[in-house]
Amino acid sequence: MPVPDPYTKSKYGLDKRYAVCYISLDNFIMPSREKIAMKNTIRSQMGYFMLITAVFLQTTLCSLASAQSSTGGASSPVSIKLVTCINDSGLLDRILPEFTSETGIQVDVISAGTGRALELAKAGDVDVVLVHDPDLERQFIADGYGLARYYVAQNEYAIVGPVDDPAHIASASNVMDAFRAIMDSESTFISRGDNSAINIRELEIWGELDATPSGSWYIQSGSPTLGAMLTMTNEMEAYTLTDTGTFRSMEDNLDIVILYPESSPSGESMLLNIYSIVSLNPDLHPDLRQDEVDALIEWITGPEGQNRISDFQMNGHVLYTVNPDGYADASTQAIGN
Amino acid sequence: MAHELFDAFTQLFSMDPDVVNALRTSFSVSLSAILIAGIIAFPLGLLFGLAEFRGRRFIDIILNTLLFLPTVVVGLLGYMLLTRDGPLGQYHLLFTPAAIVFGQVILALPIILTMVSNSIRASDPRIIPTALSLGVGKLRAYIVLLGEIRGLILLTLLAAFARVISEIGASTMLGGNILGKTRTITTSISVLASQGETSKALALGVVLLFLVFAINIAVYAATHRSKT
Repeated sequence: MPVPDPYTKSKYGLDKRYAVCYISLDNFIMPSREKIAMKNTIRSQMGYFMLITAVFLQTTLCSLASAQSSTGGASSPVSIKLVTCINDSGLLDRILPEFTSETGIQVDVISAGTGRALELAKAGDVDVVLVHDPDLERQFIADGYGLARYYVAQNEYAIVGPVDDPAHIASASNVMDAFRAIMDSESTFISRGDNSAINIRELEIWGELDATPSGSWYIQSGSPTLGAMLTMTNEMEAYTLTDTGTFRSMEDNLDIVILYPESSPSGESMLLNIYSIVSLNPDLHPDLRQDEVDALIEWITGPEGQNRISDFQMNGHVLYTVNPDGYADASTQAIGN
Repeated sequence: MAHELFDAFTQLFSMDPDVVNALRTSFSVSLSAILIAGIIAFPLGLLFGLAEFRGRRFIDIILNTLLFLPTVVVGLLGYMLLTRDGPLGQYHLLFTPAAIVFGQVILALPIILTMVSNSIRASDPRIIPTALSLGVGKLRAYIVLLGEIRGLILLTLLAAFARVISEIGASTMLGGNILGKTRTITTSISVLASQGETSKALALGVVLLFLVFAINIAVYAATHRSKT
């Protein structure tokens, strides 16, 4: 006759049986005094454990932090963090290594739309910003977060869309007319809807038209990058607003074409796209790498950087031009002032 | 397409330094995350699996809920903790590989905790009393218990590793996707895809799967040798 298994016969039922050995054992092996003792040990061990975990976490964080800051030592290059929305075209990947080899300063590039880029800068999570929305930049400086802005490069905005151009925007007389043609024909238009500089400019153009775009033709995509946005536009055979630089850099992978303006630069003020580098207020962020940031600004706005930007080509196209005349206003300032 | 994919592979295997860096970042970050999460979660899971206390079921439900944490939410929480003005801002970890480790530890913790404690509850309840009755210390008895469920523990580690190596939300938000520093395989794939480089992106995905496949073979071999 088989010996009855005490666990399957437990009066606590199936669930308790698996739960804890010293209870489901039903005093068979352990008398209750030992049970209590063990419970207490486990409880006090929990306390110890919490303490050890806390100490461990603290030391890990400290060692990680010191490992990070030691990378700024003499053996490895100093690095600064640049947040930018210019990244998709490959310009910075090309020119920044030359800056690093000339100065020994490493630049870590983080991609974000203008809105988010300025938010990161406000929080002090980056050292310098390269964006393209003059109004937001001036506001950023006026609010005391930024110190000054400097001209980096420019190109134009353009409307891209399918080759057959169902809304006939190619013959429009200005960008507002082109937008109206898209709206009137209810051709699919993709908006980034993410507070990036392109999104802001697009809304300004609708604003000039006194129009509030809505309906199934107007799609707010929220694509993380302009590249993703252009790929989506291509896939949906839709229209969208882009800067010519990023579009040209990806053109080989796309079927959509620039439809308006017919020839670039058109000189239309609503299409002008200026990139600026904005330094941050060191009073707000004392641990900012100010000297390295100044070196970067000096390089990129000086002949070394400017010549490289205007020489930069992708797929046989010049993506950015350099023409800082007429840029200066109250928010700009020369290096060293 | 097939031709393009072939080109993409030749490009990858000619050891593009960016790809090599992304692979190195992905694996070192995710392995460190699993190591740290394991050091924290194994003892906790062990105690949690053995102890009987009020509110245990409630904690069970909370832990099971945390298994569903969206990676972007972890990215967001991590950002709020690590930003300069945040509670951990003084360590300057944001936009470094360590920040990704931080996020991935948060993702891995609930997985290891629930799986370890559940494995212990499902194990034979006689293991610890038997070990104790044979005269070994309490710590030793726990080690015996962990040894008995080693297959499940390996599975736990694999599940946690799978979760963190394939995530993208925390990597992007906490690492900043910096080329050569915090760009991981998954964020590389998303960058390539957004630039329309579909074949290259897919090839990178295949490389990741291939490496994980190799790890699985190693784990399989290890568990099957130890059983015989």
